[in-house]
This record gives sequence, structure tokens and C-alpha cells, in this order.
Amino acid sequence: MLEYAIISSLKIIVIIVVLLTGCAYSTYLERKVVAFMQQRIGPLYAGPYGLLQPIADAIKLIFKEDFVPDRAERFAFTLAPIIGFVPAFMVFAVVPFSSDVTMFGYEVSGIISDLNIGVLWVLAVGSLGVYGTILAGWSSGSKYSLLGGLRGSAQTISYELAYGLSIVGVIILGNTLSMSEIVSQQATIWDWYIFRQPLGFVLFLTCAIAETCRAPFDLPEAESELVAGFHTEYSSMRFSTFFVGEYAHMIAVGCVGSTLFLGGWQGPFLPPVLWMAIKVFLFLFLYIWLRATLPRFRYDQLMNFGWKVLFPLAILNTMLTGLIVLW
Amino acid sequence: MKKKTITVNMGPQHPATHGVLRVELEIDGETVVKARPVIGYLHTGIEKTMESKLYYKAIPCTDRMDYLSPMSNNLGYCLAVEKLMGIEVPEKVKWARVLLAELTRIQSHLVWLGTHALDLGAMSMVLYAFREREMVVDIYEACGGQRMMTTYFRIGGLANDLPPEFETLVRKFLKEMPKRLKDYEKLLTLNPIFIQRTKDIAVVSAEDAINWSLSGPMLRGSGVKRDLRKDEPYSGYENFDFDIALGQNGDSYDRYLLRLEEIRQSLRIIQQAIDGMPEGPYRAHVPGVVLPPKEEVLHKMESLIFHYKIITEGFKPPRGSFYQGIEAPKGELGFYISSDGTNKPNRVRVRPPSFINLAALPLMIEGGLVADVICAIGTVDIVLGEVDR
Repeated sequence: MLEYAIISSLKIIVIIVVLLTGCAYSTYLERKVVAFMQQRIGPLYAGPYGLLQPIADAIKLIFKEDFVPDRAERFAFTLAPIIGFVPAFMVFAVVPFSSDVTMFGYEVSGIISDLNIGVLWVLAVGSLGVYGTILAGWSSGSKYSLLGGLRGSAQTISYELAYGLSIVGVIILGNTLSMSEIVSQQATIWDWYIFRQPLGFVLFLTCAIAETCRAPFDLPEAESELVAGFHTEYSSMRFSTFFVGEYAHMIAVGCVGSTLFLGGWQGPFLPPVLWMAIKVFLFLFLYIWLRATLPRFRYDQLMNFGWKVLFPLAILNTMLTGLIVLW
Repeated sequence: MKKKTITVNMGPQHPATHGVLRVELEIDGETVVKARPVIGYLHTGIEKTMESKLYYKAIPCTDRMDYLSPMSNNLGYCLAVEKLMGIEVPEKVKWARVLLAELTRIQSHLVWLGTHALDLGAMSMVLYAFREREMVVDIYEACGGQRMMTTYFRIGGLANDLPPEFETLVRKFLKEMPKRLKDYEKLLTLNPIFIQRTKDIAVVSAEDAINWSLSGPMLRGSGVKRDLRKDEPYSGYENFDFDIALGQNGDSYDRYLLRLEEIRQSLRIIQQAIDGMPEGPYRAHVPGVVLPPKEEVLHKMESLIFHYKIITEGFKPPRGSFYQGIEAPKGELGFYISSDGTNKPNRVRVRPPSFINLAALPLMIEGGLVADVICAIGTVDIVLGEVDR
């Protein structure tokens, strides 16, 4: 029992450290990739190739004044960034990062908790993050923030359904809710669910972007309309907590996507963890690419798109999958 | 149940109001019930300043109004004073001015395109547009030494002759620009999100456009064919072959297409101007009004005296007043100069296209959504320096 507790705790610590570093370097990745797409160079001066830039940013943000507006609801204002940030990390509890390995004589599984309702956990916990957005928008006591918070909540409600339904196809085919079992079902590349659920994958991708509030669905922040929206009034570490939350959410969605559709950690030659990292990187790159290319949706168009296009398609996909399995 | 609205101040410090425009919005949810643009945050008293300066000294003031199209402003003012003085400029000056004014149009439209796309969330566009603008600004630099506040035109001519590398630079730009335009089209014209965001947004009907005395792309976007370059040609525009781009629906998307088309037409004009650039002096020969060339000043007594007199006390136009309008990138830019016979203007009044086009803003945004406000401010293409002067 003690052994189990120690191994699990160690795994949690390792994952959190790796994840925080990952979040920091996602910002670097984003800045570099967007810069190259825009004929710029990106961060250059902190360390070789600007590699220390995320650390410099973090130090700067920590030393900034932590400012709370007069009209803010202090309690909710303090709570909101944490609520935005913790659920994104909790998703990783059920993500299988690697196959089982033997380390120092111990059998270590590549997943923190092989929950038998893992997919459900991902959906349930992942969408809690929006409470952070709503609370932040409401508690800031600023009109722009309030609008941003409202947009965030409306958007999440609209996309949550399609997001959930897009995964149902995989669950029907796999006949399981456990993440590690879904991975083991995709042993060879032809078993990847992306080939058996192409529509489901596209829907998942679209909804995932909306879930993480990334461009072109970045309405809650919309810097050119709402001046950064729900986090307008935040500064210092609180502000960066939102950012870490956003990037953690992106990585989480990348992990879930590669687990459900791209065979998880499986792949030839390279170690499993590396395969996982490559697949997550692809997701991140796609997000950044979209951000550099597409204009932003308008609030009502976003709703229309969610309810009138994505939602029916997701239902259709579920029904078709169900019919095929029945036959 | 009583509907409750909240009032939001958009601006003066806001990333998408293109400077220090403030719009008081009364919103119900995300719908704009009432909008009121508030201006005056960038008032610099340029018109008044011009009244206290000698005629030729007021040229730098014009650069600072619409700082994105300095050459057009220079042109408008110089033409007005030349009209007042009855000066006929040499052919070469006319052609060079047309060429530079069209470059300015392209430059201004590029900045508009970039910032408008940025407001709508397509953030890469702004950097692509500024990359091309850089080529135009390099040409400015070669001509007048300055990149933004060029002050290159003089009353009766140009500050100095066109530089030797001028032709190479312009030809290089003419070669590059059409390719880049195709890239923009790929990125935006058929992009469904961009179309959704701009089509049927900020609509101005032809009737409204005329009643609000809109001009430039704002007027032509609604399908009204009026372009001073064709209707009241100035500076030799009648020698050039080009079409007037027209929109149909008067929405933001039409104006986007129209401005891209105007860039293409401007490229045509520039091509004709650079191919047919006549030889000749770069300043008119009007003793006592137009500065003589520097070499003459160094060798001829009369020239030296005129040079000295013009610099110190300027020249005195006859009593009277004149209006000269030109087709600036943003619309009709007019200079009304009234002279009382002294060496300083009695009154200089500018008809700024940005200011008058901006007045129609409430018309375009009331009833729309908050996101449309951004689109509408972008599509008017304002420069606050010109709105407030």
C-alpha cells in the first residue's frame, strides 16, 4: 500500500513538473511558430535562440504588482484563476503516457490512475475550467470582463454537447470508457480511431479548440473587442495562472486527442513517451497554426456554428456509428 | 419587464479604435442599442497653426494630419496654394506627384487592410501588409529622406529631384505587389469566417452615403460612382488610364474588395507614370514664389536674392479664397485657403475625409453586435490625427 502511494505521488510530481515546463515552453513554441509564420524572428535574446524566454517571463510576472481592483469581489477574484487552472491539470490523472515499465525493480504503469470511466472523467473535469472564466469575468467588476465571462460560459455550454458526442463514436467502437484500454485497442496504425471515426475526429478537434478558447474561438478574451475579456483586470501571478491554465488545457486536449484517436503512446522504434510527446506537439502546432491564420468568429455566429452545424453532425456521427456496430 | 442596458466606453484607450477614438456604447447584452462617437482626444490645432505660418512653412503640418498618407496631404495643400497663386507646374512634377500619391494610396490601404484584419482576429495579415508597406516607405525615404512625415512636395514643385534609384525601387515594387495581393486574397477573400464577419455588416445605402456626404471607398462601396481623379481631374490625372472600383451592397466586405481593387488600379497608374515619366525641371520657374534650384542660388545674384526673400518673408498671394479637393486614400481631402493679401493665410480649413466618414458610424453600428462595432470602425478607415486636426 505504502509502495503504491509513494509511486503514485512520485508520478504526480513528475507529471506536474513536466507539465509546468511544457506549459512554459508552449508559450515559447507559440511565439516562435507564429513569428516564423509572420515573417518575424520571435524571442531571441534570453539565452540561446531565446530559449530562456519563458523563464524570464515567469520571473517578470512574479515580481509584478499583484493588483486587485477596488470593485472586485475579492474572494471570487482570488479563487477564479485557481479554478481555471486546477481542472486542466486533473485531466492528466487518467491520461496514459507510456506503456508499463520496470524501474528499479518496481512495475510502474504509465498512467496515474487507470480509472474505468476515464473518458467521462476527462469530459467532467475538463469543462470545470470554465467556472474560472465566469467567476473571473463576474468578480472583476469591469464591464468588459463581464462580457468576456458571459461569452465564455455561453460558448462552453454550446460546445460541450458536441464535444462529448464526438467522443461517443470511439466509446461505442471500443466498448469501454477506460483510456488505457482504448490505447491498447489501437495497436497498429490501421487500428487508430482517426481512420474509423474521421468525422468524429474533426468534430473533436473543432470542439476542443472552442473548449480551450483558442483562436478562432477565442471570444472570451478577444483582445481587439473586449481588451482581453475576462482577465483584463488581472495582473502578476494571477494573470499568468490563467495562462498556465490555458496552455495546460491545450496540452490536456492534445493528450486526450492522441489517446482517443491517434493511438496514444504507441508507435514504432521510439520510446512510448516520445511518441506521446510528438502527437501532442502536432495538436499544439495545429492550434498555433490556426491562430496565425484565421479571423475570429462573432458571438452569434459561434453559437449558430455550434448548435446548427457541429451538434447535428455529432449526433449523426453517433447514430451512424451505432448503426454500423449493430449490423 | 423593463430592459436594462449598460453603458460601455469603448476607448479612448482601446486596441481596436485606431488611436484615441472613444465610442460610448449603450448595450443590451451584446447588442448595441445606441452609439455615440466622441472625438477630440488628439486635437493638435493644426489648422490654427497653419494660419500663423508662411505659406510654404505650413506643408509639414499637413503631413501630420493623416500620417498614413503624407504625400496626398502635401499634394492637396500644394495644389490649393498653386491655384491661389496661379502657378503652372512642369509636366515632370505632375507625373511624379501622381506616382507618389498613388503609392501613398497603396500604402494607406495596406495599413488599413492589416489593421482591419487584425481587429477581426486575423493577426498575421498586419505583418504581411506592413512588409509590403515597407517597400513604399523605402521609396519615400529615397525621395525626401523621411519615411513617414515626408514633406516632399513644395509649392510649385518638389523638394528635390527624384533620386537616381527611384525607378529601380518603384519597378521592384510593381513586380512584387501583385504577387502579394494574390496571397492576401488567398488568406481573406474566400475565408468563410472573414466573409461572415464582414458581409452585410456596417451597411451604408447609396442614399445614406450621399446624405452623410461620405467620400472615398465609403461612398464608392455603396455603388456611387464619384472619384475626383476622374470627375475633377487635378495634377494631370486625365492623362492616365484607370478604372474606378465600385461596390454594390455598401457593406464591409464590398469595401474590402473595393480597396484591394483600388490597389490594383493604383499599380496600373504607377506603371504608366514610371514608363512615361517626362524629363524636365522639378520645380516651376516662378521668381519670388518658388525657390530657384540650389546650383543657381550659388552662382546667380538674382536667384540668391529670391531665395533669401522667399525663405525670410515668403510670398503674398492676391486676396481671395480657393478650394482644392483631391481624392485622398480615405476620401475627398479638401483645402480651403482664404488669403487677405499678407504672407500668411487668413484661414486654412481642411475637409477631412476621416472626420466626415466617421460621422456615419452610429448609422452603421446601431442594432449590431459589439463585435460589429470593431468591424465598422475598421471599415471606415479613420486616422485620428485627421479627425481631430
